[in-house]
Amino acid sequence: MGLILAISAPYLYLRRSRPAEDEDGELVARVRAGEEQAFVLLVARHHASMLRLAGSFVSSDAVAEEVVQDTWMGVLRGIDGFAGRSSFKTWLLRILVNRARSTGVREHRSVAIGDAAPAVDRARFDASGAWMSPPQHWVEDSEDRLLAESLAGRIDATMKELPPRQREVVTLRDVDGLSGKEVCEVLEISEANQRVLLHRGRSHLRQALEDAVGS
Amino acid sequence: MLGQKKPLVCQQIVELITDYLEGALPRSQRRRFEAHLADCEHCTEYLEQMRATIRLTGRLAREDLTPEMREEFTALYRRWREEGD
Repeated sequence: MGLILAISAPYLYLRRSRPAEDEDGELVARVRAGEEQAFVLLVARHHASMLRLAGSFVSSDAVAEEVVQDTWMGVLRGIDGFAGRSSFKTWLLRILVNRARSTGVREHRSVAIGDAAPAVDRARFDASGAWMSPPQHWVEDSEDRLLAESLAGRIDATMKELPPRQREVVTLRDVDGLSGKEVCEVLEISEANQRVLLHRGRSHLRQALEDAVGS
Repeated sequence: MLGQKKPLVCQQIVELITDYLEGALPRSQRRRFEAHLADCEHCTEYLEQMRATIRLTGRLAREDLTPEMREEFTALYRRWREEGD
């Protein structure tokens, strides 16, 4: 399933204007009360995030979908145990990560924090550490609708090339809008590691955008 | 530590940028970071690019649930309800 660029950007802001946790909390209450439709709405709200996250732990889309379904069954069985101490989304994604890990597909993968490549190629700085080949201007251009569309494709492709841990952190933070603290909770990593992974992931993406606009 | 007060150079700025955006820099380091930015158009541009990158990444979204998926999840819900009966 591919990523698409949300056609109407303002919609995103509107959607975020009401605290997401309120909406989740309300739906959870309705699911508890036995409302089937509320469950489907709750699934729809989180499906994309869940698939994306599961996909970085397992080897195929089909397995990722199984993990997501399995997670929802676990959520339903444990829904009375959701105490609201963390946000519903954090609780949900914690369950997902546990399930994804227990499928064992990539259980042996390294917990290292990924490559240690610099944010910007060293060759772009002189011996004193000052820019020799400074960043080209592209920020204003990126707001152009047509270009934004191709940049979205570039981000999508680059995201898939990131080491899994970087991809997970960037996705949770910048696509799903979790806080740094929530990401630490979901992935069971330290705040320092969260920042390193976020930094490397975002730096890769910025470079990819610079390359895309410059070409 | 020796050199603690030395101004930051561009190559350091690009590595500190996430900590800066995350509000994780100690105050003295943040001051040196901002002092560098005030004087360096390239690093200011770089910071704007990181912000734009975050913005553009945030616009990625996936398609809604397909009707088939809705059916699957409805079926899953019903299986759960039956468990309880």
